[in-house]
Amino acid sequence: MEQDCICAPATAAGGALGVIRISGKGTKEIVSQIFTPKKASFPLQDRKVCFGEITAKGECLDEVLLWLFSAPHSYTGEEMAEISCHGSPYIQQQMLELLIQKGCRMARPGEFTQRAFLNGKMDLSQAEAVADLIASDTKASHQLAFSQLRGGYAQELESLRAELIRLVSLLELELDFSEEDVEFADRRQLMELVSTLSGKVGQLIRSFQMGNALKRGVPVAIIGRPNAGKSTLLNTLLQDDRAIVSPIPGTTRDTIEECMTIDGITFRFIDTAGLRKSDDPVESLGFARSIKAAQEAQIILFIRDISVPFDQHALDDIAFVTDQCDMKEKHLLVVHNRCDLPHETTPPGIIISAKEKTGVDKLKQSIAAVVQADMKKSDGVLLTNVRHYEALQHVLAALRQMQTGLETGITPDLLSIDARDAIRHLGEITGEVTNEDVLSAIFSKFCIGK
Amino acid sequence: MEYAIHENIYDLIVVGGGHAGCEAACSAARLGAKTLLVSMNINLFAAMSCNPAIGGIAKGQIVREIDALGGMTGIVADKSMIQFRMLNRSKGAAVWSPRSQNDKYRFSAEWKQILTNTPNLDLREDCVTDLIIQEGKVTGVKTKLGIAITAQAVILTNGTFLNGRIHVGEINFSGGRIGELAAFDLTENLQKIGFVSERLKTGTPVRIDGRTIDFDKMEEQKGDAEGGGFSFANIQHPLAPKSCWITYTNPTVHNILRKGFDASPLFQGRIKGVGPRYCPSIEDKIERFADKEQHQLFLEPESETGIEYYLNGFSSSLPENIQLEALHHIKGLEKAKIIKPGYAIEYDYFPPTQLKRSLETKLIQNLYFAGQINGTTGYEEAACQGLMAGINAVRKLKGLEALTLQRNEAYIGVLIDDLTTKGVDEPYRMFTSRAEHRILLRQDNADLRLSDIGFQIGLLGEERYKAFQKKRRDIEILQNYLQTTSVEPEETNPVLATIPSSPIQQKCKIAQLLLRPEIQLSGLVPNLPVLKSFVETSAFEKAVLEEVEILLKYQNYIEKEKETANKMQQLENIRLNPDFDYFSISSLSTEARQKLSRIKPATLGQASRISGVSPSDIAVLMVLLGR
Repeated sequence: MEQDCICAPATAAGGALGVIRISGKGTKEIVSQIFTPKKASFPLQDRKVCFGEITAKGECLDEVLLWLFSAPHSYTGEEMAEISCHGSPYIQQQMLELLIQKGCRMARPGEFTQRAFLNGKMDLSQAEAVADLIASDTKASHQLAFSQLRGGYAQELESLRAELIRLVSLLELELDFSEEDVEFADRRQLMELVSTLSGKVGQLIRSFQMGNALKRGVPVAIIGRPNAGKSTLLNTLLQDDRAIVSPIPGTTRDTIEECMTIDGITFRFIDTAGLRKSDDPVESLGFARSIKAAQEAQIILFIRDISVPFDQHALDDIAFVTDQCDMKEKHLLVVHNRCDLPHETTPPGIIISAKEKTGVDKLKQSIAAVVQADMKKSDGVLLTNVRHYEALQHVLAALRQMQTGLETGITPDLLSIDARDAIRHLGEITGEVTNEDVLSAIFSKFCIGK
Repeated sequence: MEYAIHENIYDLIVVGGGHAGCEAACSAARLGAKTLLVSMNINLFAAMSCNPAIGGIAKGQIVREIDALGGMTGIVADKSMIQFRMLNRSKGAAVWSPRSQNDKYRFSAEWKQILTNTPNLDLREDCVTDLIIQEGKVTGVKTKLGIAITAQAVILTNGTFLNGRIHVGEINFSGGRIGELAAFDLTENLQKIGFVSERLKTGTPVRIDGRTIDFDKMEEQKGDAEGGGFSFANIQHPLAPKSCWITYTNPTVHNILRKGFDASPLFQGRIKGVGPRYCPSIEDKIERFADKEQHQLFLEPESETGIEYYLNGFSSSLPENIQLEALHHIKGLEKAKIIKPGYAIEYDYFPPTQLKRSLETKLIQNLYFAGQINGTTGYEEAACQGLMAGINAVRKLKGLEALTLQRNEAYIGVLIDDLTTKGVDEPYRMFTSRAEHRILLRQDNADLRLSDIGFQIGLLGEERYKAFQKKRRDIEILQNYLQTTSVEPEETNPVLATIPSSPIQQKCKIAQLLLRPEIQLSGLVPNLPVLKSFVETSAFEKAVLEEVEILLKYQNYIEKEKETANKMQQLENIRLNPDFDYFSISSLSTEARQKLSRIKPATLGQASRISGVSPSDIAVLMVLLGR
């Protein structure tokens, strides 16, 4: 059997290092398109490690180690490659997307091992273990399939599926029941349906592309009154002097972003101007940006001065921020800074001194824990997202093909090929749509039969 | 009961003389098996119990496939047709579907003539009530007339006759068709052996006396002016063409019919069998689509010269007086007289998941089921199963491997795979949408797809095959010519202007021109001198031009579809052992274990199409069973 190229992370998410595995015919060619050796004189060799860069659109994505294997001398018995990169989910996801662009597809659970068996790399007892693994893996991933979809995706996809079935049933109605006394959808109607659908799919694709916080780092907005120590905290976290720190309240007029990795997760910290109404146009612009940063963040670090009493005013400040944000998908952490200064009570929240660097580790842990809990809720987000992304790309391509077809006036038998294509690819996410589903849709809506 | 024994005369016995039985008996005998066809009425072979028509969307494709394999239905249809139409002409070549109106008496007579002229084939008028089974193998049949006849294989094609029960209003009685006896005992005897049977329902509309119809009040529907037929052989169409007629129901008609609902066997629950959703009775239609103010009706002539007209769209089991009163409020039928009322019929079928893909039963060796007994509906669906059962029964007796057509090869393949893999929960009719690779399964290329097979198995004659080979060569020659021959703007643009189509700037291949939807090969041939002389000197027949045009116009889609089909085909090549103990594999889901054990798929591809068997179950099987 000739096997297509598959790729997947071979290591669990969250480690310092990650390995991406690629197997199938054409692996070397695909890898050589994205990998540049550090030393040009270093030719890529079988089973010799090579150091280099993965580049996307001319930019270095990561420095990696690469192993190439020729068939049959590999784990799967096929042409294979392993890329050892940094553990950031963002980097791995980018790399997988890059590989998919170049012609790979995401591996199904257990597929590497399955290929290994089929190529005679395992005996039967090993294979039985693998079979169990595949079964449990897939069961787990089936259960997860929908919980993985954050927010309204599951519903979106369900309605997308229903709309696609409607689209296909309209076409099939024309092909199988043209002799019946029913009204067929005119081309304008079909065109509208197709463009609505491709709009929806495009939106989903973009939301996978952009909305996925992991890609650019989980956004963390540092919010607070002027001079609460926001910039100091950022500097402490980053351990350099990125933000300008001064005792004059309102020094940070713009927002400042910096990325760092905690426990294998990339965070994008956004330092903001202080929450204070001001007549200075520059500063009030900064104020508006702070609110915007809070709105876009997944985590809001509300920084306050512990030496100021934690009273109604403080709560009002917090409410001022949260009122302007949709808190359903966000976490708010209250951070009491300046514990090096004298303070009377021990309010609820995290107590630190950014200046003295006390409590900062605990803060980091809390931030990481929040995201890890989120990730647990949607375990394997990395994998599925790419898979869904891939499937939706195919759906969109098929719909675009339909649009072109409708514009050039091709016959419905050809239109339906693309429509079925779209349905098949959506089925990779939502489960198969059978011919029976389509026929049922027709019979339920139209009076068919002589 | 003591049976007189007729021994060692026959290799094969076919039970039932309908569309399935005729194809089965004829093909088996022609393949050399000494065959006996037992029918309850040897004056009525291949009766058209419902529409007096052959083919239609997806069904017409099946008839062409039967013809390409060497079956007879296409030829019989051609010889008895009184109208031909190519349906779906405007929808694209993948779904063009031939359909004919037929003289049903002539259809039946042509079949009888073929059967009586087939060597190795005997006829017997009798009713089979039981099978003779020895050590899990069928060895003959027992009949109502007290004869036990031995044979090495048996094909059952009992249609709607097994415990058939007819309903008209509150009246119901046993029968296989109105005016014909039902067949008893066989179902019960098969159940004793271990077969599972269920009930289905189907219905047929009223037949009207044509002398009482006012055709002037209706729309006429004629056949295609250019004619056409089913068989790839050139068969004469001797009968005079006849028209169909279109009329409509109206709210008054619906109200009259509603009066009969209290006496409806369907609504009152006397009918237990499941009917087809795509062929609802008129009472079903007005009940389910209450806001529809009219339903279209077709009057189809049942013969060339006779008076009976079939009222397509008016299938009903309401009391006859209600049917008659309703008819009298339909335009053109105000004075109509009923020859035969519409009725519903319930009958036994055997869920076809009990069959292998060869149509042999899993339970009893050398026993085959074909046609409506498998839960299908339609003459074409029945005929192709009969053909395949006939072929495979003989192949088994000869020790040859069964012939299984793939889903990307023929509608027949789709049909048999659907039946044996998924079973049926309503009478199964073919639709083009049931085929994944519709664009590959066209009516025009049925011969290209299946003639090689037909010839190899020995059903398609030498002469037909030679003609086919010539056609195939011609197609290649013309296709190649169009793909390699360029035309200049000077000679081409005037022709393009008349179509009209935008002019070309530089010379281009003729095949390139044909990619434009507005350009037809038939339009280019007379106007492009170079093309004209090539086609004329080569003396290509019309079908060659048509085929090449489709191949070139659809090339990209065909290629793409072939690629998809080949990918899907990979799983089809991995065979599974039918005796495999699926319950021993704990990694399979419980549902998969049950379904796989019951259906015993022949290949991994078939397994993957069983509902409830997930991709992970397939992965597990792949790993465990190796390749």
